Amino acid sequence: MDQSQRAPGGLIFYALVYLLFLYAPILLLPLFAFNDSAVIALPLSGFTLRWFDVLWDTTALHAALYNSLIIAATTSVLSTCLGILAARAAARYPIPGKRGIVGFIMVPLVLPEVIVGISLLVVLIQLGMSLSLWTVIMGHVLVCTPFSVAILGAAFNNMDASLEEASMDLGESALGTFRRIILPLAAPGILASMLVAFTISFDEFIIAFFLTGTDATLPVYIWSQLRFPARLPGMMALGFLMVLMSFALLLTAEYLRRRSSRLISGDEAEGASLFFDAASGMR
Amino acid sequence: MQAGRTVTRAVAVPMARDWRGLLLISPTLVYALTMLAAPLALLIIMSLWTQDVIEIRRTISLDNYRQVFTEPLYRVLMARSLLIAGVVTLVTVLLAYPIAYFVAFYGGKRRGMWLLLITIPFWTSYLVRIFLWKVILGYNGVLNSGLLGLGLIDQPLTFILYNANAVVITLAHAWAPFAILPLYVSLSRIDHSLLEAARDLGDGPVRRFLRITLPLSMPGLIAAVLIVFIPTVGDYVTPRLLGGTDGLMIANMIEVQFGKANNAPLGAALATSAMLIVASVALLFLWLNQRSLRRVG
Repeated sequence: MDQSQRAPGGLIFYALVYLLFLYAPILLLPLFAFNDSAVIALPLSGFTLRWFDVLWDTTALHAALYNSLIIAATTSVLSTCLGILAARAAARYPIPGKRGIVGFIMVPLVLPEVIVGISLLVVLIQLGMSLSLWTVIMGHVLVCTPFSVAILGAAFNNMDASLEEASMDLGESALGTFRRIILPLAAPGILASMLVAFTISFDEFIIAFFLTGTDATLPVYIWSQLRFPARLPGMMALGFLMVLMSFALLLTAEYLRRRSSRLISGDEAEGASLFFDAASGMR
Repeated sequence: MQAGRTVTRAVAVPMARDWRGLLLISPTLVYALTMLAAPLALLIIMSLWTQDVIEIRRTISLDNYRQVFTEPLYRVLMARSLLIAGVVTLVTVLLAYPIAYFVAFYGGKRRGMWLLLITIPFWTSYLVRIFLWKVILGYNGVLNSGLLGLGLIDQPLTFILYNANAVVITLAHAWAPFAILPLYVSLSRIDHSLLEAARDLGDGPVRRFLRITLPLSMPGLIAAVLIVFIPTVGDYVTPRLLGGTDGLMIANMIEVQFGKANNAPLGAALATSAMLIVASVALLFLWLNQRSLRRVG
């Protein structure tokens, strides 16, 4: 591709302003998290760590955090397993009606989450099941699986088929080949998928809002607190910590994804980001 | 793309009866069928039931749908949801196009970094992010303080919180990467020799854009429009936090019916109608697009 041209100045300026727009809320977060005032407004009054102390002393928050961690960890494992099966099948085997099947698995990407939440709620009510952490996990696995399929699809599609053939020719069984060749090669992709699913589930609100029983998840807890002005500075501090955690998880996932594309195809530039994989997966 | 690969594989592997792939994909497919298709089917069935005072009467009737399409409140909410989602889509895609263009054409080795920068904020603390727009747009908010401080305004702006404008701004922010990525994918696939050829043949930048770049990025543009429009019609959090009473949307009413109003069948009918309307708008959009492309082609 021709990279000799430089971008026009106006376009670069636009890109920077746009980035500022994208990051505006997140940049405000630390300002208010460390601001020594109970009101979330400018001008700032001074530095404090007391909102973090408040978080440390709120036990309801700890229970919600624990629930969210369990849900996110379980969701990341389950959706990655479902993702491995679907992505591998789609990359390697002829499947009658493949386009329709894969397309259907990807539908939760574009469906409003309210619809996913209430339709699951209706089923649970009709079956007389009570709401629990598991009902939230059911919904979260559904919305995280498409992301796993997209990320793993990129990993499996770029894989050199000759390695696999060599293994089979040397007398390894299909299962042995999968375990000894394919899984190790796809390992960074698998980890990336788990991290992304974890991040999505940990942050997901709507489905959890409809499907939690008495055990609130962290976003559901935050939602309940946003109504009380006195609780807002604490929520800013919490949001700040959550942003830091998500950044760490996502940067790790991106690093793994790059490693995986280098491992598999020897080309780091292939693909461009996790989200690129997800976006290509949508089509 | 999936379709192309299927075709070549089918030719290369003449074993027509190969069930391994179907077997391998079946757990994921079965999960999607039981957790999505079945619940959606039940939702549609439930929309035909009616709510008595205490229990649900399971006789089929179109009563809920008559309410959905005749009562002014529901019609207003439905129309407003479509209008807001439409404006959000327009704004988001228009703002996103130059960024996608910039990264695809001038990103160079830093493309990965740009895409990462663009997408990372959107995976983090969704609720707090939406809430912060309230802090930015409020009467004593960051924007008003800033503009007052700079002396650009002498009264705080009030048209940007607790109404549809606030919802549009916040949603346009929240859905930005979903518009940028499909646009980027199709823009980065454009063969630059076509643009060079056009330049050599004397086309100016505007003509080159209109006759080559824009048509070739159409698949990404269409994907971006649908990916932003469909979910935003059903957004719940943003109208609830920033919409005031004039900015509430259909998802808020659906939630009320399942919760406080205790009329799940009516809620189901509202949800089903919303899905049907959105699906038909999306299909109409695709059809219009195909027609216009055929005329150009």
